[in-house]
Amino acid sequence: MNKATITTQLRALAATGMVDEPETAPAPVVEEVEEGAKKKAAPPAPRKNGLLEVDPARKGVHLDVQLNGDQVVAAAQALDAEGMQLEAITGVDWINDNELELVYDYSYTGGEFFRVVVRARIPRDEPNISTLCDVFPSANWHERETYDFFGINFEGHPQLENLLLPEDSDFHPLLKDFKGC
Amino acid sequence: MSSQALSQNQEVFELNLGPQHPATHGVLRVKLVMDGEYVVDAEPVLGYIHRMHELMGENRTWAQYLPNMGRLDYLSALSYNLGYVELVEKMMGIEVPERAEYIRVLTTELNRISSHLLWFGAFVLDLGGFTPLLYAFDDREQILDLLESVTGSRLTYCYYRFGGLYNDVDDDFLTGCTQFLKRLRSRMPMYHDLVTGNVILRQRLVDVGPISAEMCRRYGATGPVLRGSGVNYDVRKNEPYSIYPELDFDVPVYNECDSMARYMVRMDEIEQSMRIIEQCIAQMPQGDIMAPKVPKMIKPEVGDYYHAVEAARGTFGIRTVSDGKNQAYRMKLRAPTFCNLSLFQEASKGMLLADALAFMGSLDLVIPEIDR
Repeated sequence: MNKATITTQLRALAATGMVDEPETAPAPVVEEVEEGAKKKAAPPAPRKNGLLEVDPARKGVHLDVQLNGDQVVAAAQALDAEGMQLEAITGVDWINDNELELVYDYSYTGGEFFRVVVRARIPRDEPNISTLCDVFPSANWHERETYDFFGINFEGHPQLENLLLPEDSDFHPLLKDFKGC
Repeated sequence: MSSQALSQNQEVFELNLGPQHPATHGVLRVKLVMDGEYVVDAEPVLGYIHRMHELMGENRTWAQYLPNMGRLDYLSALSYNLGYVELVEKMMGIEVPERAEYIRVLTTELNRISSHLLWFGAFVLDLGGFTPLLYAFDDREQILDLLESVTGSRLTYCYYRFGGLYNDVDDDFLTGCTQFLKRLRSRMPMYHDLVTGNVILRQRLVDVGPISAEMCRRYGATGPVLRGSGVNYDVRKNEPYSIYPELDFDVPVYNECDSMARYMVRMDEIEQSMRIIEQCIAQMPQGDIMAPKVPKMIKPEVGDYYHAVEAARGTFGIRTVSDGKNQAYRMKLRAPTFCNLSLFQEASKGMLLADALAFMGSLDLVIPEIDR
């Protein structure tokens, strides 16, 4: 496992996937807030793709990478080649952005303390992403669990059936608009 | 168990192991395809005691979620307590008093011993030896009594608080721990004489259920399963937390990769946990057991956080997303036996059914933690 190699590869990956959006963001309009009116902070904009080196003492990971949905397999292959292991896959429902986030946690068991989190955001209406089963067999159950809870369709998964929920269930309890069944 | 022939000419047949079966220690079903006595395919079917702990994390406050941690892996609940309170302390920047840290480690290690003792008894029971279970439960009972005296519960502990502990330990408890260690030290040679050296046990375990280090990596297996495959990885050493860096203990590693190696790792871990407890008792400082300023309402900064601890069965990780409110936006629980069991399907191919069950026992499954 070489931290520098992983960092370089993931950074390159994050850079190639970036969609060049023209910088058209208008200057923030300072709204006049009436005295006494409750100040409401605007919700933070979703993060852009890229690699962040974060403080493990605070965040628990060393590298935090956001990629496009079609790049997670390439990232998994790069981490697999460096001897990292896939620790968990999960999702987060960002219902206000109309997006679902996939979170892949990688750790290293060879000695050094090194954790990487790879994330990708996919549209909530078309929750499709490629499976990692061909790279890490552990992805099989983690993806089935994520399919259970979020209804994310892992393309190419050999057995995308409910794992923890009953086999005939058609609800996804961790979606924020889930109202009970 | 029910069996069914697939066709007239085919030798293989389907066999259901569980959901209720003495060898599965919980409600786990394994769909077996058998060729005579040999396993062709074994697919674990999960979810029989799924309680959706992750959703519960999103609809109650950080403090209200504390008791859930005792209900994942009910055999080593304190490791899960520890992981969760440390995560919240990490998010909030709360410094824990040293005495509280020592008591946390002491009780967690006691809990680890009780978990390994239960596994030891139940595992040997799976292999057909009934008596060791009674001895192991007798020893484990002492730990439950000790922990009950400080935590107030025997199994589903909720002892740690953000910034400290629910209550302090007294001298009776520490004396009790010392006496218990003396007792267990005198019993360990007996266990090794009666069980570890037993020729029947060795024939059931040695060279059975090989899991390579590479297979562990591909499946994300951790804990004694990984250390029985020759990988020296223990979160307490590799990603130190609490006061573990100040304590002197070894990480048992065996290179044989078989069920016997996993057995030996856990037996040695009992010894190491005893060493840790002795050091905790000897070095226990006086002082407060709660941090002076812990906010009543926990509202962590926006962002996401990860924390991992070494539970009795492997790496327990929590990934949480906070949106700055008093409830988590997302709470992901990464359970160690979930990953450890996922390699069963591949590893059990071609095994005798009896060996597969011995192999499954050596993984030390706790179903409520797999199903969450």
